[in-house]
Amino acid sequence: MSFYPLLIVLLLMSAVGYWFGSKKALSAVRKSSNFITPRPHQFGLYVVIWALVPPVFLGALWLMLQMTPLQMEAGTTQQIDRIFFPVLVLLAAGAGLYLSILRINPDLRVRKTIEGLVYIILILASIVSILTTLGIVLSLLFETIQFFKKVPMTEFFFGLNWSPQTALRADQVGSSGSFGSIPLFTGTLLITFIAMCVAVPLGLLSAVYMTEYASGKFRAVVKPLLEILAGIPTVVYGFFAALTVGVFFRDVGDSIGIDIVSESALAAGVVMGMMIIPFVSSLSDDIIMAVPQSLRDGSYGLGATKSETVRKVILPAALPGIVGAVLLAVSRAIGETMIVVMAAGFAANLTANPLEAVTTVTVQIVGLLVGDQEFDSAKTLAAFALALVLFAVTLTLNVIALIVVRKYREKYD
Amino acid sequence: MTDTQNDVEATGWRSDKFIAGLAKRKRSERRFRLTGLLAILTALTLLGILLFSIFSTGYTAFIQTYITLDVTFSESVIDKNGARDPAELRAANYNRLVQDALRKKFPEVTSRGDLRTLFSLVSNDASQTLREMVEKDPGLIGKTVPVRLLAGDDVDMVRKGYIDRESAEEDRRVKNEELVWLDALLKEGAVSTHFNSGFFTNGDSREPEKAGIAGAMVGSFYTLIITMIIAFPIGVMTAIYLEEFAPKNKLNDLIEVNINNLAAVPSIVFGLLGLAIFLNVAHLPRSAPLVGGLTLALMTLPTIIIAARAAIRAVPDSIRQAALGLGASSQQAAFHHILPLSMPGILTGTIIGLSQALGETAPLLMIGMVAFIADVPSTISDPATVMPVQIYLWADSSERAFVEKTSGAIMVLLGFLILMNAFAIVLRKKFERRW
Repeated sequence: MSFYPLLIVLLLMSAVGYWFGSKKALSAVRKSSNFITPRPHQFGLYVVIWALVPPVFLGALWLMLQMTPLQMEAGTTQQIDRIFFPVLVLLAAGAGLYLSILRINPDLRVRKTIEGLVYIILILASIVSILTTLGIVLSLLFETIQFFKKVPMTEFFFGLNWSPQTALRADQVGSSGSFGSIPLFTGTLLITFIAMCVAVPLGLLSAVYMTEYASGKFRAVVKPLLEILAGIPTVVYGFFAALTVGVFFRDVGDSIGIDIVSESALAAGVVMGMMIIPFVSSLSDDIIMAVPQSLRDGSYGLGATKSETVRKVILPAALPGIVGAVLLAVSRAIGETMIVVMAAGFAANLTANPLEAVTTVTVQIVGLLVGDQEFDSAKTLAAFALALVLFAVTLTLNVIALIVVRKYREKYD
Repeated sequence: MTDTQNDVEATGWRSDKFIAGLAKRKRSERRFRLTGLLAILTALTLLGILLFSIFSTGYTAFIQTYITLDVTFSESVIDKNGARDPAELRAANYNRLVQDALRKKFPEVTSRGDLRTLFSLVSNDASQTLREMVEKDPGLIGKTVPVRLLAGDDVDMVRKGYIDRESAEEDRRVKNEELVWLDALLKEGAVSTHFNSGFFTNGDSREPEKAGIAGAMVGSFYTLIITMIIAFPIGVMTAIYLEEFAPKNKLNDLIEVNINNLAAVPSIVFGLLGLAIFLNVAHLPRSAPLVGGLTLALMTLPTIIIAARAAIRAVPDSIRQAALGLGASSQQAAFHHILPLSMPGILTGTIIGLSQALGETAPLLMIGMVAFIADVPSTISDPATVMPVQIYLWADSSERAFVEKTSGAIMVLLGFLILMNAFAIVLRKKFERRW
């Protein structure tokens, strides 16, 4: 019996059980003198639970058994799959049904059973997020360890040369490929730095203006407009950076006699900064808002102007929070992929010149994994090692930022 | 002595120094204020430039150039036996008809190379159009009728002004002779532009004039449905558990910290997770919306959980107390009272999370949704692509005509995003309750 007929039979059985269970409970209510907590449909649900939990459990068990590399003859597996398993499932469901209906009486605390099951389901749902993190860490770690078996760790972390092409033939010259990731890290840092140079002043100043100067009406109109910047998909920014900004910078460079390539770090960085502006501004907005009014009033009372208050009182008071916000923005810039994939270069280039093309960690991950993959080559595995570094760095930045912001909140609570 | 007298008089707020200083301070105040305003204006200008550059190149994607030719459906070409056999009609060489029509129009073109250039004026989709016409009405055979055919992308680009006629011939894709033919057609009024419905009904194609976003739209739709089916219930259940039931212990602290950190993990890392778990361990089909949806669901989950928790927390405790006081169990209070009251907030957060998922590209590149797929997917396990990835693919194409297609696709994507966000705002405005 295949899956769907079995499922239909099970559902039919539980429907019958539901009807029978609630009916039996209702008919017995008149004889009982106690206060009855469950509602009639809960008796039905109780029966359904007993009819469905054993088959689901058995099914999970069988699936797990099939996944384990237990050597079994194909014939046996098929036989179990076709005859033994369905019969067992139906028997279990039948037994569950029969026993639970037998047990039903109005004084049975069925609500407790049902809620116990619901509680377990809720916990299972919450564990999904932990499993996700675990999945990320384990899969990255596993592949990274494989990678370090092929490429020494010192080369990866300290090597200055990145060219992951593996050769077709073993005896080819320069066939091994080199995996020094320093150029990628410097490239990432360069673009992130440019992005921050755009996003932090613009974001911070807009936040100050919004909180300290703007009228309610101005805020109501401009804030959502700024938020649009955060809602635009990154692939759109990438297209904009590659097609408009990169070409614009190149033309400007041509006209004043500087050589700017169209995949310059500058173009990618500026556009990335543009994307991060609302992120910085809305975080700083919250943080400046959280500075107590009494500090402002004290400053005004001493005769300070608004700008003096902002510069000498509010910003110093909000500094830890703002640092946290900037760290979060940095972590976002480091992990950003599409803008750099479309607008930054692909060849590794160890330089600090923003007018040249550099490549980043995310660009290389995409480059290594899109297209043909063979899963044992150092080339594919390198992507996982890079991703692990990326994950570790962004995680650290976030943890630090969260701690800083929390400390700051506690100060004024 | 008079000096000291002056000093005494000039102290305090009336002193010259103070007055001069005040003016300076006021100036700096104005300057500071202006800087703030300038920062906002700069950000908005950048947004304006971005939108303008997309819209100004993109709106032409919705128009397409057509050439009207007098096509003779000669029996000798498409139905040699005269039997009107449907199988034979389907297999016939309709391209020949188009070529004959062009040859008739420009009898002076004879050399092979020139003829090839001439034939490229009309898209190779034209034969398809003719075949459909004949299959619908076999009575056409033997007649000569004017037919509107899709123009090739070069003609389209010239017509829309993207190719500079003045530049040197070697620098442009379209050669002088082509321009001469095109001008002749233009003078006759044979060239016309119409709404490009193919953009919304065709799948991807190597020929820019035929490429459409239908496949990507359907792929995005399937992916988003999977994301919603997985992420919404799990997210809501997690939020309820954490807000209503979770006792304060190590495990629940871990879950909380973990969710906050997951929200900040770069999206590309989720792509690698999808690749390692769903493709390499579970062996689900590559490039399928199923895998894309699962990956995006894991990515969207933290957003939904955080939004749902905020919405649940906003429901006042009195509701809970009242329910418990009337004999509801804590689960009944949660599911019958708190959850329905926080639903508008949860749905708003979910829609915003889904709109992020709709615009996400990087994780889908990792699980192979970047292949060239011309067909519109019909199930969730067919190879497919999604709108942002389609934009990425077209942006990578070298042909000039794909630039406007890319911008056009971006406009459609932005349209969907605006629609979703507007829906979320309406939902919030209409149902949100302030307690």
